[in-house]
Amino acid sequence: MSTPEEEIVEFAEEMEVRAADTDVRMPVTRFAHGSRVPGWDLPADLEKDPAEIPDPATTPVPEDLRAEIEGHLAKYPDRRSAALPALAAAQRVHGWCSPEAIEQVACVMRVTPAYLDSVATFYDMLETNPVGRHSVYVCTNISCSLCGADELYEAVRNAAGEDSDFNVRAFECLGACDIAPMASVDGIYVGPLTLADVPQLLDDIRAGRPVLPEKQLARRLVADPHANSQEFPLHPAEGGS
Amino acid sequence: MAAAATGGRVPILLFTDIDEPGLNTLEVYERRGGYQSLRKALQMTPEEVLEQLKASGIRGRGGAGFAMGTKVSFLPKGTMDKYLVCNADESEPGTFKDRELMQKTPHTLIEGIIIAAHAAGTNRSFIYIRGEYVLQADMLDAALNEAREAGYIGENILDSGLSLSLVVHRGAGAYICGEETGLLDSLEGKRGNPRLKPPFPAVQGLYQGPTLINNVETLATVPAIVAMGGEEYAKLGVETSTGTKLVSVSGHVQRPGNYEIELGIPSREIIYGLAGGPAEGRKVKCWFPGGSSSPVLKEEDLDVPYDFNSLAGAGSMLGSGAIIVVDDATPILDVAMKTAKFYRHESCGKCTPCREGTNWTVKMLERIDLGEATPMDLEIMASVQEHIIGNCLCVLGDAMAMPIGSMIAKFKDEFEAHMEAARMRNVNGAAASDTALAAQGALEEPPGTLLAHQPGGEQAPGAHEGAPGTHRGGI
Repeated sequence: MSTPEEEIVEFAEEMEVRAADTDVRMPVTRFAHGSRVPGWDLPADLEKDPAEIPDPATTPVPEDLRAEIEGHLAKYPDRRSAALPALAAAQRVHGWCSPEAIEQVACVMRVTPAYLDSVATFYDMLETNPVGRHSVYVCTNISCSLCGADELYEAVRNAAGEDSDFNVRAFECLGACDIAPMASVDGIYVGPLTLADVPQLLDDIRAGRPVLPEKQLARRLVADPHANSQEFPLHPAEGGS
Repeated sequence: MAAAATGGRVPILLFTDIDEPGLNTLEVYERRGGYQSLRKALQMTPEEVLEQLKASGIRGRGGAGFAMGTKVSFLPKGTMDKYLVCNADESEPGTFKDRELMQKTPHTLIEGIIIAAHAAGTNRSFIYIRGEYVLQADMLDAALNEAREAGYIGENILDSGLSLSLVVHRGAGAYICGEETGLLDSLEGKRGNPRLKPPFPAVQGLYQGPTLINNVETLATVPAIVAMGGEEYAKLGVETSTGTKLVSVSGHVQRPGNYEIELGIPSREIIYGLAGGPAEGRKVKCWFPGGSSSPVLKEEDLDVPYDFNSLAGAGSMLGSGAIIVVDDATPILDVAMKTAKFYRHESCGKCTPCREGTNWTVKMLERIDLGEATPMDLEIMASVQEHIIGNCLCVLGDAMAMPIGSMIAKFKDEFEAHMEAARMRNVNGAAASDTALAAQGALEEPPGTLLAHQPGGEQAPGAHEGAPGTHRGGI
């Protein structure tokens, strides 16, 4: 009989194996108590007090991050409203919403870390596990998948392989179905992508160049033929960005 | 219809020269007559502006199609903190019209917000933009700074006595935050769970204060309404659906993109005339008229006029104005699966019918695909959809139930054929591999029965859609 802790470790290992290949259908393992999820019937650790608002004296916060969060706090009538922008700022600094990052935000915002945890786990763009520093979100929602996004996602994932610099994710509709299939690379929309674009896409990211400049959404004119009374060249403001 | 009849130019209000270089800057926007509507509106009393909005008959462009003028009038009078929230969390699959507006002409939206704030008497405003729209949020921030410096945002705007603050708030990737009360919770810094209504946001919304929530396109139309006058605007379109509408066409069409149309033109004209229809030799199998949440229509519905009431009459809805076209080479099961998986991922988990209904719908669709379903499963699936509709705090569950329900109703034969084909594949495949393996003497139990022991389509928790950061994480 294994301890609950061992069960959790075993479970996590098995989940990793499954996550690596979702096509493999494995029978669902169940624990002796019938649950698929370990630990749900364990009581909370009552020996441990809940984390309090971190003490500024013992929680070092990078000066830039503190200034940015305080800037966000000043914009809202209620300081909790700054949770999303503050967590996003901390994620930019730390790479993900690590316990340390959450601690720092909690310290500046004067809220508990648990509160910020509850927020961070809700939103797709806030990472609660360590990830690669370049995010590649491939849209696999309906319009993009009609245009071949699933193959594109597989190709990007395979091409990125084990490279820990990349955070390749299949994402829900990114609101750019006109350039389907598309991807958002560190916030920059590119499309329509073909499988042949994938190597250059990753090379551009690795080299720190603008990603597939000719396929960036910012350069695209509106599709409606009646919209413009004359032909306009590219936006100067957007052409270079 | 009117445009086609006159043979002339389609009336363009929002997309006028939208690709002019620098239109996102205050300088070009003002040169093109920007902020003149605001000046005109500030000469009028709030009641007069409200009258214009009511006369225009404009209905909300975000999805629900509620008359904007009526919505504004729901806000209580009196001096208190009142809020205006612009819903720019454009996450409905297939919709990308607001993106175009915010990126290319952000000042139109800001001007619309100020005029609406004047009419509604609100003193604080927010733009809740989805976190994925980085470029668009940057454009809005830059435009907001320009507007603030020019005195359009702040205390005593243009010496009218009107004061308004505006904050661009970036979300972090959650479809549910496009639902108005989920958006309010998210804006207050919480998980984006919808609230019970009533009280409606107009009475008790953001920070418990009266709140007006409008879509980007609705607010961006306001300057045009004030400029041309509400009654003149109401002459566009058809009686119950006035004005122009941005439609986002995507999927199997040759020219996907945003088009500004006059409401009431035949849908065929949009899909075939503007967007070029499906590729050569393909036909339309089905189409979503208003985002992936709207019930699908078939090819024979292509002549339905594209307006709120006609589409409702055809059993669907105009929604956010996002047309997704599916051609006849695509199995309907794939479309249903994509749709259902999206809603399963995005369900916030607060209400049981939605949380469980979306999950089980996906499981049942996977059973069909694996050939483990029986014809009765279709009926069960249809009844699950019926039990979701109207039984949750918000309409996310309905948004899956309606399209899936309509697919089951309209493509029942195809679902059944798929089911049977998958079943036969299992039987034949198992038999074929049995003989092959039996020849080698390597098989004790046929693999077909092993498969049957597995609960259909059970998936590793957290493994779906390859999105480890899902907010349903930890199920």
